[in-house]
Amino acid sequence: MKKVILISGILFFSTLLFAQSTFFWIEDVPWDDGKALNIKANVPADTVYLQKALEDGTWETIYTGKGRSLSFTQNELNPDIKYRYRLLVPRPAFNDTIFFMAEAQPKEQWFYLHKLSYLLILLAVSIAIIYYVQNARKGKDYYIRRISGLDCIEDSIGRATEKGKPILFVPGIMDLDDIQTISSLTILSHLAHKAAEYDTEIIVPCRFSMVLSAAREVVKEAYIKAEKPDAYNQDRIFYLTDDQFGYVAGIDGIMVREQPAANFFLGSFYAESLILAETGFSTGAIQTAGTAQASQLPFFVVSCDYTLIGEELFAASAYLSRDPQQLGSLKGHDFGKLLVILLIIAGVITEMSGWHWFKAFFEGAQ
Amino acid sequence: MSGFMTTFGLWLSVFFTLSIFSFLYKDNPFYKLSEQIFVGLSAAYWLVYLYYSVMVPNLFNKLFTDFKGNLILLIPTALGLMMLLRLIPKAQWLSRYPIAIMIGTSAGINMVRYAKTDLLGQISATMINPFASDNVITVIGNILLIVGTICGVYFFYFSKKQEGIRAVPSKLGIWFLMISFGASFGYTVMARISLLIGRLEFLLKDWLHIIK
Repeated sequence: MKKVILISGILFFSTLLFAQSTFFWIEDVPWDDGKALNIKANVPADTVYLQKALEDGTWETIYTGKGRSLSFTQNELNPDIKYRYRLLVPRPAFNDTIFFMAEAQPKEQWFYLHKLSYLLILLAVSIAIIYYVQNARKGKDYYIRRISGLDCIEDSIGRATEKGKPILFVPGIMDLDDIQTISSLTILSHLAHKAAEYDTEIIVPCRFSMVLSAAREVVKEAYIKAEKPDAYNQDRIFYLTDDQFGYVAGIDGIMVREQPAANFFLGSFYAESLILAETGFSTGAIQTAGTAQASQLPFFVVSCDYTLIGEELFAASAYLSRDPQQLGSLKGHDFGKLLVILLIIAGVITEMSGWHWFKAFFEGAQ
Repeated sequence: MSGFMTTFGLWLSVFFTLSIFSFLYKDNPFYKLSEQIFVGLSAAYWLVYLYYSVMVPNLFNKLFTDFKGNLILLIPTALGLMMLLRLIPKAQWLSRYPIAIMIGTSAGINMVRYAKTDLLGQISATMINPFASDNVITVIGNILLIVGTICGVYFFYFSKKQEGIRAVPSKLGIWFLMISFGASFGYTVMARISLLIGRLEFLLKDWLHIIK
């Protein structure tokens, strides 16, 4: 009986004395989205048990280990909700266990400072783009190196015109929320303009209704710009199906039956890339492909005449239009690439020198 | 009856599989038939699927049975109706607004997403000490990783003439890209062969019972 009273006394006393003690305390993780708490303890014990109070009144052990300089971050919490924790410290010498209690609630801050590197890079690139665009507007001419995949576009249209056969343009298999599809449509605009000038028919099968609507708008605008609105035939820009392989089967059929002289596969592609490119190759069409899907590029490289690799697809709009404003934007992107190279070199040097804070600064944004 | 339907389904699958394979020889009526059925069926299937899995639970149900003054729901409704106005030539111009909103928001969201995952992820993953390991192969691998990444990025630097010394990293970059494409090609071809094996297994096992 005396032992029970003694243990209860110790527990009660320790709870009162150390509830907000320097032995066990909880801090909100600063500058975060309010989903984490830092639980800290400093007790001279080899084994301690950190437990979290659950909604049903039970306790869940979330850490077992040494109690000295303990720092444990608990993630995936909800902001502005109070969480209770206790630290159990067994004392084998006394054959009892003392515990400390603490509670805290994570708070969401306006700025997540661990994403500062992310902000700085985006700011640097955005400022560079604005600066170069402004310069371009003032008349500064920017050089852009040759991209053979884009130079061939005019040749392909010329060949289709000579043969009196249509051009097939496939804007990828993703919807309008994919940046590659958007990029593809900007190339379609240029292509449709040239096709209108040469009086060559252009076929655009689409997988999604939004892409269909956007493609029709783009081609119509191009025909109006080329002063040939009557030549625009919206029936040649059509919906096939939402199904990936149904879409591909349909395009294969078009390639075999309509025998387009030039095929363009520009946008986001997945498993169907080789099926499309192989069928196009078998029909003898001149083929240009472009995607930023690294896993599909090899198939286009081996089966197409020209391939736009990744970034070249996004540079196409500026390259084809030679619009000073777009060239300025491209120059800004190039600044971003240079920045990436410099940061990698700096990161490698700092890692080799043992200054890990530099890498940690960029890793924090992940 | 169910036995008949199972057998009928099996023969139908075999017919369509062989019809699609017949394209390897040349375009023919069997391929045309299966292609048209496939395209038509899948278009209809996706229409029904999207209606019941997206429009009904996310819009119609909430709009007609659980509205509770949630005015936000009226925005996609209005945008959807504006898209349908494409069917009326005089009001067709209104459909440009939902398209513009879609392109603008997706460009903005993707910029943040890609900058985080592709840009910063790639940068921090390449910031390594190449000599940290005792293993020579790992050290060589690390050096190749750093050099390959830098040269690969430099290859896409468009606004400078790549002549003389400047052409060296660019050429190295395209070599790295082509080698990685080769490796990726081989890997994916293996995966495609497994798909072919799956189809042949269906023909030889489920249909002809030649293999067990």
